[in-house]
Amino acid sequence: MSLTLLYVQTLNGLQLGVLLFLIAAGLTLVFGVMDFVNLAHGVQYMIGAYLAAMFTALTGNFFFGLALALPSALLFGLLLEFFIFRHLYARDHLDQVLATFGIILTLNQAVKVIWGAAPLSVPIPEIFSGSVVLMPGLLYPVWRLVIIASGIAIALLLGILATKTRIGMLVRAGATNAPMVSALGVDIGRLFMIVFGFGAMLAGFAGAMVAPILSVEPGMGDNLLILTFVVIVIGGIGSIRGAFIAALMVGLVDTLGRSFGPSILRAFLDPSAAAQTGRALAPMLIYILMAAVLFFRPAGLFPAKK
Amino acid sequence: MTIPMLELRHIRKNFGALNVTDDVSLTIPRHELHAMIGPNGAGKTTLIHQISGLLSSNSGTLLLNGEDITALDLPQRARKGIVRSFQITSILPHFSTLENVALAVQARSGSSFRFFGRADREAVLNDAALAALTEVGLRDRANLRAGLLSHGEKRQLELAIALAAQPSVLLLDEPLAGTGPEESAVLTDLLRRLKGRLTIVLIEHDMEAVFSLADRISVLVYGKIIATDTPQAIRDNPEVRTAYLGEETA
Amino acid sequence: MIMRREILPLSIFLAFAVLPLLGDFGSDAFILSIVTRVMIFAIAAVSLDLILGYGALVSFGHAAFLGIGAYAVGILSAHGIREAAIQIPAALIVSALFALLTGAISLRTKGIYFIMITLAFGQMAYFFAVSLAAYGGDDGMTLPGRSLFFGYDIVQSERAFYFLVFACLIAVYVACRMIVTSRFGRVIRGARENPQRMEAIGFSLFAYQLTIYVIAGTLCGLAGFLLANQTQFVSPAYMTWQRSGELIVMVLLGGLGSLNGAILGAAAFLLLEEGLSHFTEYWKLYFGPFLVLVVLFARGGLMGGFKRLTGTDDGR
Repeated sequence: MSLTLLYVQTLNGLQLGVLLFLIAAGLTLVFGVMDFVNLAHGVQYMIGAYLAAMFTALTGNFFFGLALALPSALLFGLLLEFFIFRHLYARDHLDQVLATFGIILTLNQAVKVIWGAAPLSVPIPEIFSGSVVLMPGLLYPVWRLVIIASGIAIALLLGILATKTRIGMLVRAGATNAPMVSALGVDIGRLFMIVFGFGAMLAGFAGAMVAPILSVEPGMGDNLLILTFVVIVIGGIGSIRGAFIAALMVGLVDTLGRSFGPSILRAFLDPSAAAQTGRALAPMLIYILMAAVLFFRPAGLFPAKK
Repeated sequence: MTIPMLELRHIRKNFGALNVTDDVSLTIPRHELHAMIGPNGAGKTTLIHQISGLLSSNSGTLLLNGEDITALDLPQRARKGIVRSFQITSILPHFSTLENVALAVQARSGSSFRFFGRADREAVLNDAALAALTEVGLRDRANLRAGLLSHGEKRQLELAIALAAQPSVLLLDEPLAGTGPEESAVLTDLLRRLKGRLTIVLIEHDMEAVFSLADRISVLVYGKIIATDTPQAIRDNPEVRTAYLGEETA
Repeated sequence: MIMRREILPLSIFLAFAVLPLLGDFGSDAFILSIVTRVMIFAIAAVSLDLILGYGALVSFGHAAFLGIGAYAVGILSAHGIREAAIQIPAALIVSALFALLTGAISLRTKGIYFIMITLAFGQMAYFFAVSLAAYGGDDGMTLPGRSLFFGYDIVQSERAFYFLVFACLIAVYVACRMIVTSRFGRVIRGARENPQRMEAIGFSLFAYQLTIYVIAGTLCGLAGFLLANQTQFVSPAYMTWQRSGELIVMVLLGGLGSLNGAILGAAAFLLLEEGLSHFTEYWKLYFGPFLVLVVLFARGGLMGGFKRLTGTDDGR
């Protein structure tokens, strides 16, 4: 294996990691603060990508598109919250699973009806197109670096929001002990709405940012949603810090495992067996990682609830 | 020298910096009815949780009949004979009254990894359950859905469940809480009949009941036992009077 | 003597029994094959009802067992072993082992964690199947034909296969009915209502819940065996997480913890899918909102409605 490939794949892993973080950050709070199982969070990501694609096509500029897509994604999330989710907070998990599953089916189909089944493509913004030489022999697409940088910037921003603002402290307190926060006289309904809208917008942002490098298609959020679950389980429900660390772990393990698993196995097995086993094992790595973390820490790495 | 039924050695539970029970040591001989009293927040319920295994202790040792059971969890201790009731009634509301008790019998009679044969038709289980229901005076309620019982009857049912589990130590967390005078009299009478047949640890706020029932009483204040003695001695203990009984007996 | 609560299951099974006698349904046996599919998914839904309805454990990875059962047929067939007497035990044993391993980890957790972890393990099985390049990978593989029973090709006809599935459904239903009313089942039902009460009288629930999880997974493996045989095709699509979701929908549509409801729910779901997809390519556009509305306004599913109509209450 070449060192350059290792660097490239590490960066790819980081990029997947921050993407997962953007989606997981909101969802882990929805789980932690509201104890609400929202399977439909992945469609927020998809909606973000579609909105970005649509507005970019309309305005002819990705940044205008993004600027329009974010409030639209927020609005969409708030509408869902208003019409459906808030009626489910008091229900048991099973009802929540069923309803949000229904929403996934609906929206995956709806985007097909509205935008067609064929994947949409979004051009990379002009000034961030092309690749940059990071070191001799190591070319890396600028846009992917932008994704990584913006993800890390948002992580820092979230960290500041969570620790320095009143609303952030309330949210953190809510993740630790929701009944106590409502006993303090805080309007818990409004708090939920803010958390929810914020999560929807972050997921939408993630979708918009990857629109130029992935194909925008129906169901694009589904598989990512499950990776997000793995992230939240490893990080600990309700913990932003846990989500960040777990997201990077999952992104790196998944990406590096897929590209280097077979060659590492070659040290122990003959080449064809190594290739085959490696291909079979690589996609399972993150689940094995999750199982291992759970075995030692059933509530994840950074459990918010005491 | 006889081995005590239950022995607590330096039991402690803290939530953060707060010591809810603090270095509690207590020896309870076989068949004693031992009452715990103390102001609200003294740690009585926490201590019951620790003895039953619902909460693990931060430090200390618990001996049942001389055997160290500190490491066992709630169901394991129940199988060893430590059975408890809960302050807030804990039953299976959609099961019949009889089946609530039959499940407790089932827990102590043979394996429950039996996949064939209707459990609700097992005479061995039902007979023993009926006996326990008769004991607490709920026989005529056997086929009623447990959720439909009155509050006092639910307290009686919970006692029947505990008895059917064949305890050697019975932990009762405010069995009279929320009952009216008549229901309370029925339950007190029941406790009096159980007294001397098994070891009982009783938390109760009804002082009349406590002082008439208990062999010995421990007074718990801020997580510490400040006195353990006979009811008469506790009544006369000046320290207890100032700390707790002062107003009530003045 | 027939009890009132036995009327419903008896009429369901009677309907399944007489359907093939009603006529030929044309050469392609279209209706017969749809109802066969309904019965196969009914087996899967009944098995899921054991953990979801009776155990109150929201498992979102149940389709994995469907896939494992199907791949047992596919992989063995690819190596020339088409004997059901080998395939069925293989399907059941591998399903049981997968349930034992994943259940032992998932059941250490509760609530949302449990949902997400079962989902993740289901997805793990899915990706494992995708990576099996030798067995078709993403595309899956076509089987050489239906399984043989002691060397005989006796379920080749749709009608014969229909009765095989019917027999399996009855066997699974009866077994599950026995389990839920047995001593073991009573512990599981008790834990659904009040786990702390059950532990306080001495039941260590983990062992019971793991056991019911393994039983449910194993029975669903049987459904997988049948599914592979019906379609004579095996692919990772059998174990997508959407499929797991659909199984939950089936159980919930029919009403939790009643077994009969799981069968009715499977029938309702598949017939609705079949019916709607005749009218529109986008049937999920109507089915999705329908689900949301069911949750918001009609609690208890089909069986809830049935119970309200007849005043019966099944085994709760």
